Amino acid sequence: MPFIPHTREDVSQMLSSIGVSHVEELFSEIPNSIERADLFAIPLGISEMEMLRVLSNRARKDELGACFMGAGCYDHHIPAAVWDLASRGEFLTPYTPYQAEASQGTLQLLYEFQTMMSSLTGMDVANASVYDGGSGLAEAILMAIRCNRNTKSKRVIVCGAVNPFYLKAARTLVGSQGIELVQCSHVDGRHSIGSEDFGEIAGVVVQQPNFFGLLENVDEISDWAASKKAVLIAVVNPMTLAILKPPGEWGEQGADICCGDGQPLGVPMASGGPSFGFLCTRLKYVRQMPGRIVGKTTDMSGSPGYTLTLQAREQHIRRAKATSNICTNQGLLVTAATIYLSIVGLTGLQNVASCSHANTRYLVDKLCSAGAVEPTFGGSFFHECALNLRCDAQRVFDKMAMKHKVLAGFPLGQAFKDLESSLLICATEKRNQEELDFFCETLLEAIGET
Amino acid sequence: MTSTPSDVKYTKTHEWARVDQHQNVVVGISDYAQDALGDVVFVELPETGMEVTATEEAGVVESVKAASDIYAPIGGVIVDANKQLESLPELLNTDPYQDGWIFVIQPQDLSELDELLDAETYVEFCEAQGDNH
Repeated sequence: MPFIPHTREDVSQMLSSIGVSHVEELFSEIPNSIERADLFAIPLGISEMEMLRVLSNRARKDELGACFMGAGCYDHHIPAAVWDLASRGEFLTPYTPYQAEASQGTLQLLYEFQTMMSSLTGMDVANASVYDGGSGLAEAILMAIRCNRNTKSKRVIVCGAVNPFYLKAARTLVGSQGIELVQCSHVDGRHSIGSEDFGEIAGVVVQQPNFFGLLENVDEISDWAASKKAVLIAVVNPMTLAILKPPGEWGEQGADICCGDGQPLGVPMASGGPSFGFLCTRLKYVRQMPGRIVGKTTDMSGSPGYTLTLQAREQHIRRAKATSNICTNQGLLVTAATIYLSIVGLTGLQNVASCSHANTRYLVDKLCSAGAVEPTFGGSFFHECALNLRCDAQRVFDKMAMKHKVLAGFPLGQAFKDLESSLLICATEKRNQEELDFFCETLLEAIGET
Repeated sequence: MTSTPSDVKYTKTHEWARVDQHQNVVVGISDYAQDALGDVVFVELPETGMEVTATEEAGVVESVKAASDIYAPIGGVIVDANKQLESLPELLNTDPYQDGWIFVIQPQDLSELDELLDAETYVEFCEAQGDNH
């Protein structure tokens, strides 16, 4: 029995009272191109064994060789122990119970996660996660407006190249609340503080390394935001913080809010999701932070215990004025990330960061020395670099995928109209010498044919 | 029985307002309000220099069981806030009309205070609220 409480009569009555003839009309704004197509050619009534054969043949079509694509989702090594432990029933099956304190293990893990994120970002507090990088940015923007009570402005400046997918999500989530996101143009791929007058502003967003993999002058931007009395939002890749200066130490005052996507920390790429987002801030802004926060306390017998804290921010107390209704939604991925970080440790994470940088640097140097390509932008990069292929990068990408089953990078034309000849490449610590050299050889070949 | 001194004016959202010697308006929450909230654990103060209009949110009071906004009873500029509440939020419970003051507004138009309730009307208002529960 389907769990649909409405009878056919109920449905037609509801439709007629709102003047709609078919249920499908309610979904007419969804473009046809993304509608679910029927799974063709799966014969009805076949056996389990036959079905497995059909499906594994189809699944094989998705198999790919080495990945040189990043753009927000990275192919890092995940030690086997991470998901072995995270998949244990104790971690895998429980949702945060409604009496959260009954699950001391879950709370302790979240507390450890918050501690790790605080120390990586150099911020006072972290919450127990948000959905992903995009929702993290949206929540950070909403938070910035709430934190900045000096101004009634709802204008937030986006510096340089912030992940366009995060921005799209953020615009969707904050756009209807009168918040205005003003994108500053970038000069040679990076933000440059010009003489533009933005009037009163509430917040400033900057990403480090930026979407093109370049290092922004975050100290300067941080001080500029402070001089404008704006709340500074740092969007960061947590893996890079093993080496880069933590946002809490940017400029004179440090960033006010720090957010990003936790996927590089032990979460597989899985065709683009799910991942989890994180959100950190200064202690003075903690009451404006959404999401759950776990605190450590002492119980009646003097033993340490864990408890949800600062709950007056949340929907069950603040009701309509809650900071958001985000809970511990991505708990399992947070579990994996916490285990990942505790296994690799700071030294391991530093090795991941420096190997990824060295591998990407090797590719860039080798490809550019051949003369066929050049870096699209000047400046230092971390573990991603935009290369100008001097031809249609999407076509090169398609060729590499079809012919060599290699994800060659992110064709920047997909997000930036003026960068159609640029490919954003990334080589993590997983790529070995053979793969790096094969990539250089085949990419130059594909460019030659385009 | 909660106390309702007659030297201050009241709002229907349970703030009180008192004119000080500089013709500024001192604002806090009523004894009835603190009693209803229970133990106050945090007070979010407005920034000084912030402009407010009457009935606009100017702060938040958080107790162990609830969180409530504090609304400006009169329009003007916030000129002072009770920093003591940052470490001693319980002053709202123990002394709501004196040491538990929350902020001071330099009013744009002091006559806006005439719109507020006097002690007697406020008591009637609170009793009517009580009846509804």
